[in-house]
Amino acid sequence: MDELLPFIVAKYNYWAALILLLIGLYGMIAKNNLMKKVIGMTIFQTAIILFYISVGEKKGASIPIILEGHGVASSTAPVIEAVAYANPLPHVLMLTAIVVGVGTLGVALALLQKIHRVHGSIEEDDILEDLRNRPE
Amino acid sequence: MKQLTLVLVTLIGVLLLQAAMDLPDWSDPASPASLHLSSHYLEKGLEETGVPNIVTAVLADYRSYDTLFETVVILAAGLIVLTILRRTLRRRPKAVRPRPQRESQDIILQGAARLLVPAIQVFALYVVAHGHYSPGGGFQGGVIFGTSFILLALCYDLRVVLARFREKTVLFCCAAGVLLYAGVGALCMALGWNFLGYAALAGMLGSTEVMARSHGILAVEIGVGITVMAIMVSLYIDLASGGDLDEGL
Repeated sequence: MDELLPFIVAKYNYWAALILLLIGLYGMIAKNNLMKKVIGMTIFQTAIILFYISVGEKKGASIPIILEGHGVASSTAPVIEAVAYANPLPHVLMLTAIVVGVGTLGVALALLQKIHRVHGSIEEDDILEDLRNRPE
Repeated sequence: MKQLTLVLVTLIGVLLLQAAMDLPDWSDPASPASLHLSSHYLEKGLEETGVPNIVTAVLADYRSYDTLFETVVILAAGLIVLTILRRTLRRRPKAVRPRPQRESQDIILQGAARLLVPAIQVFALYVVAHGHYSPGGGFQGGVIFGTSFILLALCYDLRVVLARFREKTVLFCCAAGVLLYAGVGALCMALGWNFLGYAALAGMLGSTEVMARSHGILAVEIGVGITVMAIMVSLYIDLASGGDLDEGL
């Protein structure tokens, strides 16, 4: 117990991402409705995004926009401390990941509409039944 | 099935927690992710590219290959949605939807949209143009611009949007953004530098190499913004109408 509590407190970002990730994974596997599976996939993506952003965080750091670049007068060349700014790399990766996530979500919704158009349902059981009853 | 899934998911959770034991603590400045490349970006980024927003600098300069192909992925997603949903005229069942009296006349919604849409669009342009100095850039600005059309479609009708922004123009914009991005890269290559090495544009723009990189980033961000905006609109008009481009939701 003495070891567990600091572990939870010091790494609670991983706990949060992990719980979201497992909710999404459970939704993708266990749910019967394809729309709910898509929602699970989106929650899963959100967990990954949260994980990456939390990795880039530094204690006491600002957002990765350099203060000296905003016309702050300085006679000498500015010395930029990397400790003072959050890690920009996860932000960049997740910025593109969010937009690509919207793209995959759009494709998934289009597929759902097509499935609903062909089989009249987006419940897995109904689709399977429809496929079995279909003449060859 | 549900119990089996629960067991499986719990097992994966325990395994991942085991792995998380070895990860650095939250907001630890000495974590490995923040030590090597990212400190170079932060310390030298302004000096090398002239862009204070390091996220923009990394996105469109240091990792511009990545961003170029992310944009291509979005373009591909938009085209795939179009391919999946579009029905040819011959196969379209006649009168599949009853045509109800869809003359929506909600004056509050429409008045609000009329006021908001120009403001949203100006803000989107600001977000693209000011992405060098504040949070923002092509992706964010493009999405904001796209939402203005979606708001119009929700408050009025999909046809109102399509009358102002025809589908052909939307698809042209999708491709034009990627073309602008890749064109800047090819121009740099034609001037004897690497693909997307914006410093090549210094002679053409009559500025220093640092400023050329800054301007190259702006050009690329505009390309990203155009593509993202058009794809957002394209996704919406196809998904909302089931590919038929009628009155929509």
